[in-house]
Amino acid sequence: MTAVSETEQLRYISQQAADARVNVEIETEGMTLNLGPQHPATHGTLRIIAKLDGEQVVAAEPVMGYMHRGYEKLAEVRTYPQVTTLVNRIDWVGSFANETPFILAAEKLMEIEAPPRAQYIRTILHEMSRIANVILGIGDMGVQVGAVTPIFFAFRDREYVLNQIEAVTGGRFHPNFDRIGGLKDDLPAGWIQNTKNAMEKVREFCDQIEELMYGNEIFQARTRGIGIIPADIGLSYGLSGVNIRGSGVDWDVRRDATPHGLVYDKADWKVWTHPDGDSYSRMWVRLQEVREGTKIVDQLLDDIPSGPIMAKVPRIIKVPAGEAYVETENPLGVMGYYVISKGDLNPFRVKIRSASFNNVSITPWLLKGVYVPDIITILGSLYFILGDIDR
Amino acid sequence: MSDETAVAETDEAEIVEVDEAREALLSELTSELADGLVESHVRAGDDLWIRVHRDAWVDAGMTLKQMDFGYFSFLSAIDWLPSPFGRDMNSQVDLTLTPSEDADDEAEAEPMETGVAGGETRFQVFARVNDITTGRAVTLKADLPDDDLNVGTWIPVYPGANWHEREAREMYGINFVGHPNPRNLYLPGDFQGHPMRKDYALLSRRIKPWPGIVDVEPMPGDDDEGDDS
Repeated sequence: MTAVSETEQLRYISQQAADARVNVEIETEGMTLNLGPQHPATHGTLRIIAKLDGEQVVAAEPVMGYMHRGYEKLAEVRTYPQVTTLVNRIDWVGSFANETPFILAAEKLMEIEAPPRAQYIRTILHEMSRIANVILGIGDMGVQVGAVTPIFFAFRDREYVLNQIEAVTGGRFHPNFDRIGGLKDDLPAGWIQNTKNAMEKVREFCDQIEELMYGNEIFQARTRGIGIIPADIGLSYGLSGVNIRGSGVDWDVRRDATPHGLVYDKADWKVWTHPDGDSYSRMWVRLQEVREGTKIVDQLLDDIPSGPIMAKVPRIIKVPAGEAYVETENPLGVMGYYVISKGDLNPFRVKIRSASFNNVSITPWLLKGVYVPDIITILGSLYFILGDIDR
Repeated sequence: MSDETAVAETDEAEIVEVDEAREALLSELTSELADGLVESHVRAGDDLWIRVHRDAWVDAGMTLKQMDFGYFSFLSAIDWLPSPFGRDMNSQVDLTLTPSEDADDEAEAEPMETGVAGGETRFQVFARVNDITTGRAVTLKADLPDDDLNVGTWIPVYPGANWHEREAREMYGINFVGHPNPRNLYLPGDFQGHPMRKDYALLSRRIKPWPGIVDVEPMPGDDDEGDDS
């Protein structure tokens, strides 16, 4: 059983790495700091109980559940098309991306496929919700380090993307647009050109924010070398998306395991990684992702094939018995739905694997030994949405 | 047409290739886990399920981690009991506050069916791990007998399992032996019952019954159904 001891060794080392950061020279009486539930860095209502010694965190314990809505239970009494309405509210700043994996899982069980046009539009909307989400995360990070301007820039330029999402889906925040077998509606007239203009605005935002925020000395001082996540520890906690690519892991579900029904392989784009694993690298990768996202959208807009947007599906959808797991690369990381069907109108069990839940589960390890102001930048750089944790 | 056939051909080729990889992985797992592995299922070109013995649950995790499955995706549980409140929202038993006699009959009449890779008990824990370098993934399941809902914790193998186990514990009442912090994650500390169990009534549904599917939204393309056929 050498294998077992190696695992234990790794655990021991990672434990030591966290403990080593706690370096208290003078023993003082401990203090407990309650961060949240309504701190702006928590994107909702996450509460962190931090035990401090001086300015250092000795132990941090996140407390969730203030926003738990029980979607897994609710999904069991909803029909398949109704579930998209629920899952829209999981990650509320990138709503459309929440629908995609569920719809794909249902399509997988039903063994149907959306027409090519629907697949293209679906991928474009998925990518646009990523842009809308990540822009906000970048702007928000500015607030966490004391710069207020980036958030205004973010909200300003995010509006261009949201307008385009609204123009096609009718909803700025909760599109509820994805359907089993295709999409609800086709694109409105003039949408393609307007979206390209919006993407241009987003690229301008990226250039602006890179000079304004990423080049800023204070921003770098607050984020570089802070909150380092080694790749193997990040993986064992199930970190995904930007948070693991910021640790140098070259893994992107969009490129490596695109589920059937999304057409990321039709566009030419790049997966960005950063070897450092600190707060800065996570934010840096995030910015590159927005740029790549606009490229993907631009390319796919040029190639949208003509044709129907809905496959032939029955009016009342009964999904055949079976189990399927589909995951996609969502704005916050890998999101998946494990759907168990028994051939009824509603799913028998839906396990929602949301990205932020795993991403935040590393915080007790990560916050150990950091200084109080760094808690905020680390949480900001992990960038989670509470709806995505509490589901 | 020609495009379609081309796509179909490549798909077929891929399926055969990936299938071999999964079978190879399965045989490797079978030799590693020996008696621990109870049942397995390979869906060609798609996914691999294994069902392990409860006592081999932690070992299976360690074995997989040694085989480069370093990425922990999720861990949760399944309650296979057919819902005593009816199969779907149109069901009349769904409208009653407590499961009626009829409902019991229906539940009894309907045998408990478990899913992919089988199962003999009402509760199962299941988890998924990935090998991100090769893109392989395995879904593990383990049966838990009703009178003894204990299973070893995965925290020493995948520290990320911590919160997932806390969630499974409060939602299903499964005890993860060796968990350092088995407190409620989402629910209040004094919460009674395990909400995700099938026999736990969804209160909002009991108070105001669902009107049923009276308004099915017409799908785009429904109008020209006659034209296409």
